[in-house]
Amino acid sequence: MTDDPFARFSGTNRPEPNGTYPPTEAMLAEPVDPDAQAASTARMRKAWQEPKGFTHFTAVNNDLVGKWYALTAMFFMLCAGVLALLMRVQLAVPDNTFLDADRYNQFFTMHGSAMMFLFAVPMFEAISIFLLPAFLGARDMPFPRLSAYGFWCFVIGGIFVLGSVLFDVAPRGGWFMYPPLTTQDMGIGADIWLLGLSFIEVASIAAAVELIVGVLKCRPPGMRVNLMPLYAWYVLVVGGMILFAFPPLIAGDFLFEMERSFDWPFFDPTRGGDPMLWQHLFWIFGHPEVYIVFLPSIAIAAMVIPTVAQRPIVGYSWIVLSAVGVGFLSFGLWVHHMFTTGLPNISIGFFSAASEAVVIPTGIQIFVFAATLMVGKVKKSLPMLWIAGALAIFVLGGLTGVMLAIAPFNWAVHDTYFIVAHLHYTLFGGMVFPLMAGVYYFYPFFRKGKMMSETLGRWAFWLIFVGFNAAFLPMHYTGLIGMPRRVYTYGEGVDWGWLNMLSTAASFVIAAGFAVFVWDLLRPKRDFTGDQRNPWNAGTLEWSHNVPEEQWGVRSIPYITTRYPLWDQPKLVERMHSGRYYLSDTKFGHRETLVTSVLDARPLHIQRVTGPAWITLMAAGFTGGAFIFPTFHWYPPAIICAAFAIVCVLYWLWTVTAQIPEEPTSDVGLGLTLPRYASGPDAPGWWAVWITMLGDATAFASLIFGFFFYWTASSAFPPQGASHADGLATGAAAVLLVLSWAATRFARDINRKGYVRSAQALLATGICLTALGGSAVYLAVADLQPTTHVYPAMICVLAVWLCAHLLLGAIGQGYCLARSLAGRMTPLYDADVNNVSLLWHFIGLQALVTCTVIGLLPGWMT
Amino acid sequence: MSVRSSLLLLAGALTLQGCSGRQSILDTAGSDAAVLLTMFWVMLGGLVVVWLLVNGMMLFFHKLSPRKYDESHAQKLIIGGGIVFPTVVIAALLAWGLSIMPDQRAPGDGLRIEVVGEQWWWRVNYWPKGADAPIVSANEIRLPTGQRTEFTLSSAEVIHSFWIPALGGKMDMFPGRETMMSLHATEPGSYRGQCAEFCGASHALMAFEVVALAPDDFDAWLAREAAPAVAPTGDTAQRGAVVFQEQGCGACHTVRGTAAVGQVGPDLTHVGARASIGAGILAPTIENFSAWIYHTDDIKPEVDMPAYDTLPDDDLMALATYLQGLK
Repeated sequence: MTDDPFARFSGTNRPEPNGTYPPTEAMLAEPVDPDAQAASTARMRKAWQEPKGFTHFTAVNNDLVGKWYALTAMFFMLCAGVLALLMRVQLAVPDNTFLDADRYNQFFTMHGSAMMFLFAVPMFEAISIFLLPAFLGARDMPFPRLSAYGFWCFVIGGIFVLGSVLFDVAPRGGWFMYPPLTTQDMGIGADIWLLGLSFIEVASIAAAVELIVGVLKCRPPGMRVNLMPLYAWYVLVVGGMILFAFPPLIAGDFLFEMERSFDWPFFDPTRGGDPMLWQHLFWIFGHPEVYIVFLPSIAIAAMVIPTVAQRPIVGYSWIVLSAVGVGFLSFGLWVHHMFTTGLPNISIGFFSAASEAVVIPTGIQIFVFAATLMVGKVKKSLPMLWIAGALAIFVLGGLTGVMLAIAPFNWAVHDTYFIVAHLHYTLFGGMVFPLMAGVYYFYPFFRKGKMMSETLGRWAFWLIFVGFNAAFLPMHYTGLIGMPRRVYTYGEGVDWGWLNMLSTAASFVIAAGFAVFVWDLLRPKRDFTGDQRNPWNAGTLEWSHNVPEEQWGVRSIPYITTRYPLWDQPKLVERMHSGRYYLSDTKFGHRETLVTSVLDARPLHIQRVTGPAWITLMAAGFTGGAFIFPTFHWYPPAIICAAFAIVCVLYWLWTVTAQIPEEPTSDVGLGLTLPRYASGPDAPGWWAVWITMLGDATAFASLIFGFFFYWTASSAFPPQGASHADGLATGAAAVLLVLSWAATRFARDINRKGYVRSAQALLATGICLTALGGSAVYLAVADLQPTTHVYPAMICVLAVWLCAHLLLGAIGQGYCLARSLAGRMTPLYDADVNNVSLLWHFIGLQALVTCTVIGLLPGWMT
Repeated sequence: MSVRSSLLLLAGALTLQGCSGRQSILDTAGSDAAVLLTMFWVMLGGLVVVWLLVNGMMLFFHKLSPRKYDESHAQKLIIGGGIVFPTVVIAALLAWGLSIMPDQRAPGDGLRIEVVGEQWWWRVNYWPKGADAPIVSANEIRLPTGQRTEFTLSSAEVIHSFWIPALGGKMDMFPGRETMMSLHATEPGSYRGQCAEFCGASHALMAFEVVALAPDDFDAWLAREAAPAVAPTGDTAQRGAVVFQEQGCGACHTVRGTAAVGQVGPDLTHVGARASIGAGILAPTIENFSAWIYHTDDIKPEVDMPAYDTLPDDDLMALATYLQGLK
C-alpha cells in the first residue's frame, strides 16, 4: 500500500463508486453531529458566496443568472408590447398617418421577432435555468459558466436587434423574412435580423444542451426517470426540440447571409435558386418553435395543478407520453404554414391530417389537468385563476387551429386577421397566462418570504383577460370580412374601422393589466406570515430550500423515492437541512454537485461546478463582435473578434474544466465514496458534446436537404455544362480526413493504455492531416464561381461549412496535445481526448458525406 | 385656390376611397367561397359546443363541485375526452375538408386570366379560349359568371398572394414559378381583392376591383378592352395627350394606338374605364389622377413611379383629364 492515493488507479483501472447505496432508513435516521454541521455549513457558505459590488456581474450561479435572464426577457417583452401598442394606434382609424409604412413594417417585424426570439424561448430557458436545479435537488446547472455565457450573448444580441428600431434601421421583412423581398432589401435591417438572431439562437442551443444534460445527469440519487417532476420531462422534450428545430433555421440564415453579403444565389430564381427552400427551412424551425413556446408553459401548469388539487397528477404516464408525442408531431406540421404556395394536393392532405393529429396529445394534457382537479379538492388561489384563464383562451385558440388545419378553409383565411387572432389566442392562452400563473406561484420561491398581492393579482388578471378578449375576439371577424395581415393602413370603404378601434382600445386595457402586474412584481413587499418555505403546501423539491435564502441550493442532496417527496417522504426537509444526505460538505472549498446515472439516478461521481468569472463575459462580448461586425460588412474586426472569442473559450476550458482532482475519490456521506472525475459517457461534458453535435449535424443535414431540394425541384441542377468539384482533390480530402479521424480515435485508446508519447504523436499527425484535408477541400472547389448559379454556390457552401468544422476539429486536436504536454491530461484523467474523439466522429462523418455529395453525386445525377 | 395648393391639402386628407366592392368571406358570390362558408359555419358551431363543454367541465371541477371523484372516472375522462372524441371529430372533418380540395383547384372552362404581381400593382392578361395573344389590362379583374375561370399566377420580383374573398381562397404568386387557381363566380357584381402576402412598404395598398359580369356583358366588355385607346376629345384632354408624350410617360406605360408602348408600369389604354386607380386605392376621378401623378410616393410609399411635382398646374390638370377620358 502506498501513501499516494493516485497510485492505486490508472487509465485502465479507474475509481468506481464504493460503499452502501441505497441508504437504509437507519442510516437516514441517525442524527448529525451539530459541531460538524456548523463547520461544514461555514465551508459551504464560503464556497457558494456570490461576488459583491462591481464584480457581481461575474456571477454564474443559476439563481442569479436565471433571475437576470428572466428579467431581461421580460424587459424585451414589454418593449415588443409597446411596439404592438404603437401599431394598434396606427390601425385605430382608416387612413391614419401616425406611423408611416416603413416604420409600421419595422414595428410588426420586430414585434414578432422579439416576442419569439427575445421573449418566449429565452423566458423558457431563464425559468428553467432558475428552477430546474431546484426541481431536481441539484446545487446548480451542470455548466454554470455556459448559462452565464448564453445569458450575456442574449443581452448583447437582444439590445443589438431591438435597438435597431431606435435608429430606424430595423428589419422590415416580417419575422418570417421571406426572400426575395428580404434578399433585395438594400438596408442593413435584414442583416441585423439574420446575424443578431443567429447569435441568439446559438445561445439558445447552448442553454438547451445544458438543460438536457441537467435533466439527464444531475438528478438526485433515487429519482428514476419515472419519478421526475413533470417540468423536467418537458425540459427534456423542449430541449430536444430546440436542438432539432433551431439548426435548420441557422442553416437557412447561413445561406441567406451568404446571398446578401456575397451574392451566392440560393433564393434567386434567375440563377437557379428557389425562395421556397427558405420557406421550408424557416417553417421546419417555425412550427416546432410554436410548441417550444407552448410546452414549457404547460409544464408550469403541470407543477401548479397538483398543488392546487393537493394530490399527485392523475395520468403521469399519459401526460409524459403526450408531451413526447407533441414534440415528435410538431416536426411534421410545417407545411400548414405553406398551404397557399401551390403544393400538390397530396402533400397538403398529408400535412393537413398531421396538423389535426396534434389535437390528440394536446387534448390529453388538458384532460389530465381536468382529471387531476376532478379527483382532488381544489384550493382556490391566484395561480389557479390564471391557469383557468389560460385554458379558456387556449382552448379557443386550439379550436380555431383545428379549423385552420383543414386546408381549403386555410386558403380562405390564411394571412388575414383571423390568423392574428388565432395565434394570439394560442400564445396568450398557451404561454402568457400559464407563465403569469407561474410567476405568482413561484414568487415566494423567487424572493423568500415575499408574496405577490392577491388584490393586485386579481386586478391584473381581469384587466388582461377582458382586454385580451375584447382586443382579439373581434379580430376573427375582422379577418373574415377581408382584412389581410401586415397592412399598415386601410381605407374607409371596407368598414374595418370600428372593429380596429375596438381592438386598439382594448389593447390599452391589456397594457394597463401588465402595468399593474409589473408594479406588483417590483414594489417593495413585507414578509408574509405562515409557512415561508412552502406556502402552497406543494409536494416537489423546490419548496425544500432554506429560508432565509442560501446560495447552495440544497444543503444536502436528498435520496428520492417518490414523485412528490415533500408529501410522501416524511422528515425529508429536516434531514436535508441538517446535512444528513449527500454532499453536505465541501472538503476542498469547491462548488460541487452530484452526477447520477441517466435512467435510475445511481450516484456516479462528484462534479466540480464552476464559479464566478470575467472570462464568460469577455467570451460573450467577442462572440457578439464576430456576429455584429459583419452586419456592416466590417470583416477584419469580425475575424479578430472571432479569434479572441475562441481564445477566451479555450482559456475558460483550460482553467476550469476536466481538472485533475486533489484526490481520486471522496466520501459524500451516508457511507458512499465517489470518484471526483469522470470521462467518457459518465461525464456531463461528454453528453454536452454529443448533444451539441447532434444539433450541429441537424444544421448540416439541412444544408444537404437544400442540395437535394434543388435537385428535385429543378431540372437545371446541375445546369448543362456546369463545372464540378475536382474529383481527385475531393477524394484526397476524404482519405486525409478519415485518417485524421482515425488518428484521434487511436490517440484516445493508446493514451488510456499509458502510451502518452505515442498518443501525442498521433494527435500531432492528426492536426497535419486535418490541415492537408482542409487544403484539399479548398482545391476541390477553388475553380468554381459561386455567384453564377446555385449549383456551384451549394457546393462551395458545403465546403465552407466543412472547413469551419475542420478548424474546430484541429483546435480540438491541438487542445488535447497541449493538455497532454502540460500534464493536465493523463491516461487516467482523459476527458479532453474522449470529448474530442467524440467530436471527430461527427466531423469525420460530415467530411465523408460532404465529399460524397460534392464529388460523387453530380456525376451520377447528370 | 390653385390646383397645387388644393393638391397639398388633399395629400393630408386623402382617403383610400376606391373600395366599393365587397371584400368579405361571409358575403359570397362564388361557388368555392360558398362551400368554404358552409364549412366555416359548421366548424364554428362545433367550436362553440366544444369550448363550452371543456370550460364548463373546468368550471365545474374547479368551482362548483365540492366532492372528490374516483380515480377510475379520471382515466375514463382522459381517454374519452383526450383520445376518442377528438379522433372521431377530426377524422370526419378531414374526410369532408380534404374531399373538397380538388374542386377548388379544378381547371377552367375556357377563359384563362394571367396575373403577374408587381410592387405594388397587378399585370392582368386575358387569354380567351384559343387566343394567340393576350388582351392586356391591369389592376382590375373582370370575369364571366356561371363558368370556371382559370388563373395563372406569377410575380415579377417578390412573393405576393392573389385573393378575392367573395369568390374563393387565395394562392401565392412567386417569381420564377407559376401557380394556378380557378374561381367560379355565380353572381354579377363588384367585389374587391387584395394582396395577402407581405410584399414590402406598400403591401397595404395593393388591391384591385373585381367585376363579375353575365357572359354576354363580359364578352362585350372584353371586346372593348381589346380595342385601342379612344382619341382624346376636347382641348384639355388633347393638351393632356401631348403632356403625356412630352413627359415621357410612354417609356413606362402603354396606351395602345399611340406611341406609348412602355412595359414597366400598368397598361393605361382604358384606365379611365376602370373602377379604381393606383391598384384599387383611389376612385378614378380627375382630382385623384392629378393627386396621384403629383405625389405618387406620398400616396403609395416607395413606389417606383416618380412624383411629377414640378409639372405646371395646367399641364397636370390636362394630363389627368386625358387619362380619365381613356375609357
